Amino acid sequence: MNKFYLIFISIALFIAACGGAKNEAEQTETTAQEEVKSEPEEKVAEAAVPRGQGIYKTYCQVCHQADGNGVPGMNPPLTQTEWVLGEKERLIKVVLNGLNGEIEIKGEIYNNVMASHSFLTDKQIADVLTYVRSSWGNDASEISEEEVAAVRASNEG
Amino acid sequence: MDSLKTTISKTILFYALIFLALACEQKPSENTDTNSSLPALPTADANNGGLTLPDNFGTVVVADSTGRARHIAVNDQGDIFIKMRRLKEEKGILTISDTTGNGKMDTFSGFDLYTGTGIHIYNNYLYASSDSSVYRYPLENGAVPAEAEPEVIVSGFPIQRSHASKTLAFDNAGNIYVNVGGPSNACMEESRTPGSPGMDPCPQLEYQAGIWRFDANKPGQTQKEDGYRYATGIRNAVALEWNDKENSLYALQHGRDQLNNLFTDLYTDEQSAELPSEEFLQINEGDDFGWPYCYYDHFKNQKILAPEYGGDGEKTGRCEDIKAPIMAFPAHWAPNDLLFYTGDLFPEKYKNGAFIAFHGSWNRGPFAQKGYSVVFVPFKDGKPSGDWEIFATGFKGKDEIMSPSEAAHRPVGLAQGPDGSLYISDSVKGKIWRVMYYDNVTTASL
Ligand code: HEC
Repeated sequence: MNKFYLIFISIALFIAACGGAKNEAEQTETTAQEEVKSEPEEKVAEAAVPRGQGIYKTYCQVCHQADGNGVPGMNPPLTQTEWVLGEKERLIKVVLNGLNGEIEIKGEIYNNVMASHSFLTDKQIADVLTYVRSSWGNDASEISEEEVAAVRASNEG
Repeated sequence: MDSLKTTISKTILFYALIFLALACEQKPSENTDTNSSLPALPTADANNGGLTLPDNFGTVVVADSTGRARHIAVNDQGDIFIKMRRLKEEKGILTISDTTGNGKMDTFSGFDLYTGTGIHIYNNYLYASSDSSVYRYPLENGAVPAEAEPEVIVSGFPIQRSHASKTLAFDNAGNIYVNVGGPSNACMEESRTPGSPGMDPCPQLEYQAGIWRFDANKPGQTQKEDGYRYATGIRNAVALEWNDKENSLYALQHGRDQLNNLFTDLYTDEQSAELPSEEFLQINEGDDFGWPYCYYDHFKNQKILAPEYGGDGEKTGRCEDIKAPIMAFPAHWAPNDLLFYTGDLFPEKYKNGAFIAFHGSWNRGPFAQKGYSVVFVPFKDGKPSGDWEIFATGFKGKDEIMSPSEAAHRPVGLAQGPDGSLYISDSVKGKIWRVMYYDNVTTASL
């Protein structure tokens, strides 16, 4: 074996090592960031927000996190999602009935279980959802106790 | 070969190497002579790929963004198989190789179409798992041939949404061990609902929350027909490994969540963030570690009765005789892989010790999230012989995070390379680090 050939190879390897970072395949993931529109109908009731924040801290924060960003691959975010900003009835039902099965939120697949929170009162659910709909850049209308009561009634009946 | 030529060439090469090492500002390495038959260690990256390690350790980022990686396996050629949590370009298992010898993976390929966590090389086969089955592929010169069809070794694990990873371990007698996690937090009648009592007995223990053993070489087994429940009462053992030296199974359990959300009157926020322990288990056939009835409290050094079963944070009740862990770690750190180090590259103290990859917590709120590191535990006679220590940190990318989505990287898988390098995978971007020790090894063997 020719030693000088080896030297050449070794030097070539070192040069490759220096510039090696560029060798990696560029494989960045793209996340579909859908714009979700909401129509603010009424002004958010001021007192509902701090009350709702307290309920959020006790019952939701562990999974959806203080910043509403959830836990990647496990618990979805509550920031600008269709579920949070969209139809009120569907959102109220998530809290009353829980949710499971595969869902896609902001381009990520979640396939996990959220338990029912029907043990919360209508007022608590209204407050926490009002808080969620007006936090972390969310800007959607408040949810009232009556709206929760109506969904609960139709849900059970 | 004439010796003068060799001497000259060595001298030239020596200076060339020094010059180049300095020129690209990378970690210089001592260039002492060894007669290793293995390829030279690549030079460490200047910033160790963002990681902080003990003295004289360095890392090369072998791949930067392979996708949502889970566990990894390394073959004798140093190629890495990565099991994906999400398909990457329609592939469930990626193979990455370094064809130039600079330590950077430059060839990416992949196969199969299921996602999962477990992957392991055993007796010239590559084994991998989805969340419901275990498959294997023959290896030829370390590679899976293009035309190879997967053989189904075990199928029929229960479909579950949480704790679904079927991680794998292999003994020396042709057996495969599979983690089947408990599908709930603590077997409550109403899942994760405040105050709901635990089911007693917990029906989930029949086919879940334990380790099942199968014949590693027999295709077509199902859990119900062929599975043997080797150990029970384990909530979720993503980190599962056979220790060849001790001829015994070891695992780390993810402890339960939400003591204070679910039992506000019994636990404070602080207690809920610090309890229960993540348990390091030495597992013998027939062992029961007590889930869902018990959890471990490392401040009291006791198994405590779970609040779902009448516990109040103090009572031990039916948990008195439950087997204790060999070591307890802080709560919620999420141990996701375990590796017993058998290589010669690292200093003597690491030999036969345990490396553990902690994925990092999500439920220590309202306090900062913790874990996100690789820990080392020295071992002697099958047990820890000293305290655990942080081996690698820096994954998070910042000092303190309140929510797991802030973490730049989360360590999830470990593997040992043929030369004793330690490989670490990341679940966020699929970054793969190769950790090496540089004290008495040449940078290029001649
Ligand atoms: C034990 C963890 C947990 C708790 C506690 C929890 N959730 Fe969830 N939540 C989940 C999971 C998991 C999903 C997705 C379920 C799936 O994969 O189908 C989800 C989905 C949702 C969704 C719909 C998807 C989205 O991201 O927009 C909303 C809205 C929601 N949760 C709100 C709440 C609110 C409000 C609370 C408190 C009252 C709460 N959650 C408590 C785990 C939790």
